[in-house]
Amino acid sequence: MIAEIGLAALWLAAALAVLQMVSGAAGLRMPEGAANPLAIYARPAAIVQAVLAVLAFMTLLWAFAITDLSIKLVATNSHSMKPMIYKLTGTWGNHEGSMLLWVGVLAASGGLLAAFERRLPERTMGATLAVQGFVALGFYAFLLLSSNPFERLPVPAMEGTGLNPLLQDIGLAIHPPTLYAGYVGLSVAFSLAMGALLTREVNPSFARVMRPWVLGAWVLLTLGITAGSFWAYYELGWGGWWFWDPVENASLMPWLAATALMHSVSVLAARDALRTWTIMLGVLAFSMSMLGTFLVRSGVLTSVHAFAVDPERGSFILGLLGLYIGGAFTIFALRAGAVAEGKRFALVSREGALVFNNVMLSAILAIVLLGTLYPLLTEAFDVRVSVGPPYFNPASAIFAVPMLLVMAVGPLLRWREDKPARIQFEAMLIAAVLIGAIALVSFFGQFPFLPLLGLGLAPALAVAALLPLRGRNLTRVPAATWGMVLAHFGVAVSLFGMACEGAFTEERLAAVAPGGTEQVGDFAVTLQSVTPVAGPNWTAIEARLAVSRDGGEPVILAPQARNFWSPPQATSESALLTRWDGQLYAVIGNQAEDGRWQIRVWWKPFVTFIWYGGLLIALGGVLAIAGRVRVDLKRRKAVARGGERRAELEALEAQPVPAE
Amino acid sequence: MNRAVFAMVMALLVMPLAGPALGQDSMPPAPYAYNQLEDPQLEAEASALMHTLRCLKCQSQSIADSDAPMAGDMRHQVRSRILAGESPDQIRAWLIARYGDYVSYEPEISATTWPLFVIPVLVILIVAGVLLRRLGKRRTDEGEGA
Repeated sequence: MIAEIGLAALWLAAALAVLQMVSGAAGLRMPEGAANPLAIYARPAAIVQAVLAVLAFMTLLWAFAITDLSIKLVATNSHSMKPMIYKLTGTWGNHEGSMLLWVGVLAASGGLLAAFERRLPERTMGATLAVQGFVALGFYAFLLLSSNPFERLPVPAMEGTGLNPLLQDIGLAIHPPTLYAGYVGLSVAFSLAMGALLTREVNPSFARVMRPWVLGAWVLLTLGITAGSFWAYYELGWGGWWFWDPVENASLMPWLAATALMHSVSVLAARDALRTWTIMLGVLAFSMSMLGTFLVRSGVLTSVHAFAVDPERGSFILGLLGLYIGGAFTIFALRAGAVAEGKRFALVSREGALVFNNVMLSAILAIVLLGTLYPLLTEAFDVRVSVGPPYFNPASAIFAVPMLLVMAVGPLLRWREDKPARIQFEAMLIAAVLIGAIALVSFFGQFPFLPLLGLGLAPALAVAALLPLRGRNLTRVPAATWGMVLAHFGVAVSLFGMACEGAFTEERLAAVAPGGTEQVGDFAVTLQSVTPVAGPNWTAIEARLAVSRDGGEPVILAPQARNFWSPPQATSESALLTRWDGQLYAVIGNQAEDGRWQIRVWWKPFVTFIWYGGLLIALGGVLAIAGRVRVDLKRRKAVARGGERRAELEALEAQPVPAE
Repeated sequence: MNRAVFAMVMALLVMPLAGPALGQDSMPPAPYAYNQLEDPQLEAEASALMHTLRCLKCQSQSIADSDAPMAGDMRHQVRSRILAGESPDQIRAWLIARYGDYVSYEPEISATTWPLFVIPVLVILIVAGVLLRRLGKRRTDEGEGA
């Protein structure tokens, strides 16, 4: 019964999406000022639709919570013996459930926009809601016609098949919902961009409406990617934190586009420049979200051929993708010429730096897109190639390194026009730190080129990130500026972690008898014992490793090799010892014939900084949102803010340069 | 030294057997599947190579990141061949001859992979073009049609 309520809610929501679309479009046909009787339904339709879609998701959550085995999805993906938390997270650990979550978030963000956004002209709002309804309708159709999550079994199953043990982890509770919320938050940016384009309202006040959505989506994507990377790191048991796996790339691509969009929309809001650029990035960002959904959800990644044999779902999403992306770019091509020119600016200016970096981000996006899609393309012609880190790392570094250098000096430049000589001191300082760090590191040993470059860039970027605060009264720096400083500093922190992991990781793989000791880095690792343990739906062997650093007090680590019985699968549960300067990563493997145990231990200096950096970047985004919202609430005029900033910069320049 | 010689003998003995053994669960893992080489220099070479070889039984994992038995056998192959004095490039070529281009994460320029190298060059050109158009047109009075 509960499931049928969910299904009915989903159909009703789809019907309301049609109403929202028609009503929003009707408003568009009327001249400015005149009210269309149909146009008033768009907002309520969006809000009720959001409630219904969320209700549908809640009913599925309920079905998983009580393990209703008469529902096909529950029977094939859950198990009555699973811990409750994994029963709940299992709701989105499968195709249908995760698509329902996707649609639920899509509808909820549309509802939020309809309920709370009052600054936009009604026509633009109508067009935006129409586009949002159109997008939602496609995905409702996808769910209802080809992936019904509420499908019943003719005869209820006796027991469920269970959930992939790799997914039975707290990571699944956090990672997909965050990422989906980010993906789908970009749908609002997309709809707003299309709405503004259709009504020719591409201007700073539109940008200020769009900015919190872009920032919010970007923060969630950042958190989602960070969590996903850490999850892969500790769950897969080999200490890798980024694999350039197509699924990871599917989340990275919208992030790259959203990063560019976020900067572009800020320029539009502050300076009324980059109008068409912002619209294009808005379309691109959500296109990448949909492409990511297609890649992950169509089964095309497991095998292009399996996809070709059973193409129903995949071709449905591919069709939607073609319709939305193609349609959006067609409208863009037709209307972009009609968008009035924004303010112009010089090469050496903050806008110039932002444009440069947006182009670089787009280029990295192009490389990732190429490397992700090319193997799929050749596979369709029976040629199998692999594109992995040896391709992605250098190819993206070609664009990432200039981007990072420009990121270092960009925030120091003035808007509109500036002279390179004005930031001479800062530029020299950054260059000195960069070269000094590389020289220092090279003095101590031979390291691969990219990690070495990273070790030089990281401290230079860290110094550069703090330079915009120099000479300012810290109590009067706006929250949004703090956000930028923090986010850029986070990039440096993350880069430092990546470079250290690449350059200094120490690995020890060995077969050890109980009582035996292995050395990795400064750590002596002693295998004390190996004992069997059991959990709710698994059995395992657990090693007790006594780890002591430089002969200090030993700490016990307990990595496990788990065997799940439903579905039968073995996983490694790594044990981590976190210190301020890195992490010790221990895994227990199989028993060799002579009775010794395989253990794998890594010392990864500063590896945690990768994720601390990710968190800092996200925190920067949160501060920026908080600052912007506060400013918007105070209804300060952009002009006044621009004047304030100019005055501050002039004050900054008037001060003598401290000799440091 | 003794161990190294022993390992080499082992490698020579195991090598002809490794073919049929690949991917079989029931066999115990080959000696170098989960053990490092004694010489840190050689181990570093082997490790760098292993990170660029695809585990054929897994989805998007290198053989250095996988518990699959086949990945273990391939790690053993890589380590024992490195120990026997082969260069990483020779080993990669041997693996490609055996399993096809698919096994290597490092695409080489060939009839099937040239777009992977041509398109980035095009991207660089497009990027340069866009930047010149956007940032280099200070004196003209064009609109902002990027």
